[in-house]
Amino acid sequence: MEELKATPLRTDHENLKALMAPFGGWLMPIQYSGIIAEHKWCRERAALFDICHMGEFIFKGDMEGVFTFSVSSIPVGRSRYGFLLNDVGGVIDDLIVFRLAEDEAMIVVNAATTDNDFAVIRSRLKNPAALTDISARTGKVDLQGPLSREIMVQHFGAAIQGIPFFKFIKTSILGSDAIVSRTGYTGELGYEIFLPADKVAELWRLLLQDPRVAPAGLGARDLLRLEMGYSLYGNDLDEQITPITAGLSTFVNMNKEFVGKAALEREVEQGSQRMKVAFKVDSRRAPRHFYQILLQDQEVGVVTSGAFSPMLSCGIGLGLVKPEAAALGTRLTIRHEKVEMEAQVVELPFYTGGSLRS
Amino acid sequence: MAKFYTKEHEWVEMAGAQATVGISEHAAHELGDITYVELPKIGKSVKQFEALAAIESVKAASDIYAPVSGKVAAVNQALDEAPELVNQGAEFQGWICKLEGVTEAELGALMDAAAYDEYLKGL
Repeated sequence: MEELKATPLRTDHENLKALMAPFGGWLMPIQYSGIIAEHKWCRERAALFDICHMGEFIFKGDMEGVFTFSVSSIPVGRSRYGFLLNDVGGVIDDLIVFRLAEDEAMIVVNAATTDNDFAVIRSRLKNPAALTDISARTGKVDLQGPLSREIMVQHFGAAIQGIPFFKFIKTSILGSDAIVSRTGYTGELGYEIFLPADKVAELWRLLLQDPRVAPAGLGARDLLRLEMGYSLYGNDLDEQITPITAGLSTFVNMNKEFVGKAALEREVEQGSQRMKVAFKVDSRRAPRHFYQILLQDQEVGVVTSGAFSPMLSCGIGLGLVKPEAAALGTRLTIRHEKVEMEAQVVELPFYTGGSLRS
Repeated sequence: MAKFYTKEHEWVEMAGAQATVGISEHAAHELGDITYVELPKIGKSVKQFEALAAIESVKAASDIYAPVSGKVAAVNQALDEAPELVNQGAEFQGWICKLEGVTEAELGALMDAAAYDEYLKGL
């Protein structure tokens, strides 16, 4: 097995007595004080996440046709979520592109997919040399929660006060060039902060000195994202799942050319074989990845993500099912060996009380 | 009477022909935040080491096995609404159920507290 990579914060996590585990080829903190306590802290105050494992690329020049949206149509200072597809429309990765300047963008990708993404994107560029992988020298931490704006403004300046959702600013943090982006993966008001990898520990320690801030691990992050219905690559999205199947066609611009478009057009025309559903369990029982989904005792699909939701006090999940099982209100059974739970198809997000757009 | 433990990390404490059953502090800590306990039905009869109940945490779902044979006489109903009681005191307020018709002879197949501590060190 390949050796696990460590972020610049590894010893900080160990000093905080974090439970560490492999994720996407990295040794990452899963929890510190406890997953539910960290989840609650993020929903009520401000939680700090080590996200240094994610990949970042910089490119200069023309990048049309690579992703499911047009990079040149993103205004400078804004970012956009979308996909890198294979030629049958399957998702190679979900990612965010930040338009840094007229001729420059940063692409932020998942950790486990970083190397493959880099190779695929390069192969699609007219000028492959214009793409640089800056993952190793780039650090990233996320501060997420209703108090995150006042904390960021107090520590790093008033320019952060007015950043709207999916916009970012280039600024200076601890004497280094940094990007502060109003994005996240929690459903709360929050920021993703990019800065040089060798400055991350200093930023982490500074923010943790603030009594309003507590560290949160990937366990809490997974609950927070699932309560919003956000997809997790590797669970809810993969190379066999298209954005249409996954219910994410909003992030696909069918008026532009891109790799995989013909397959998506066919799927739209012929109808999807499988569709994403969100469902709530009638009890506190948690559905889990790969549990079967049944409609009137017939197997119709599989759970792709599931957990107990602390905000809703019941099990919640995402799954892929045959279209006849996908209508809102449909009663489903979730089964795994002798465990069985009743559930109902609901709208996303599961949790609507977040400070995301406040 | 003292508590006895199984290799699967249940505990049992006998008082006459009745026994209280739960999971060990160690098991509760390993599971992390407990979010659901499937309590057994009152009147259900179980043999020693058969599946008795089920427990779920934010990380995993597992079965709870009967440390001794018996018939379920009472369940800790408080766990329906507050399964976190198991995290707060797995060997106290977080008990799972009470069994009746139990026999002390079956304790011979279990570990006392000192032997269980030794067993945990070897894991």
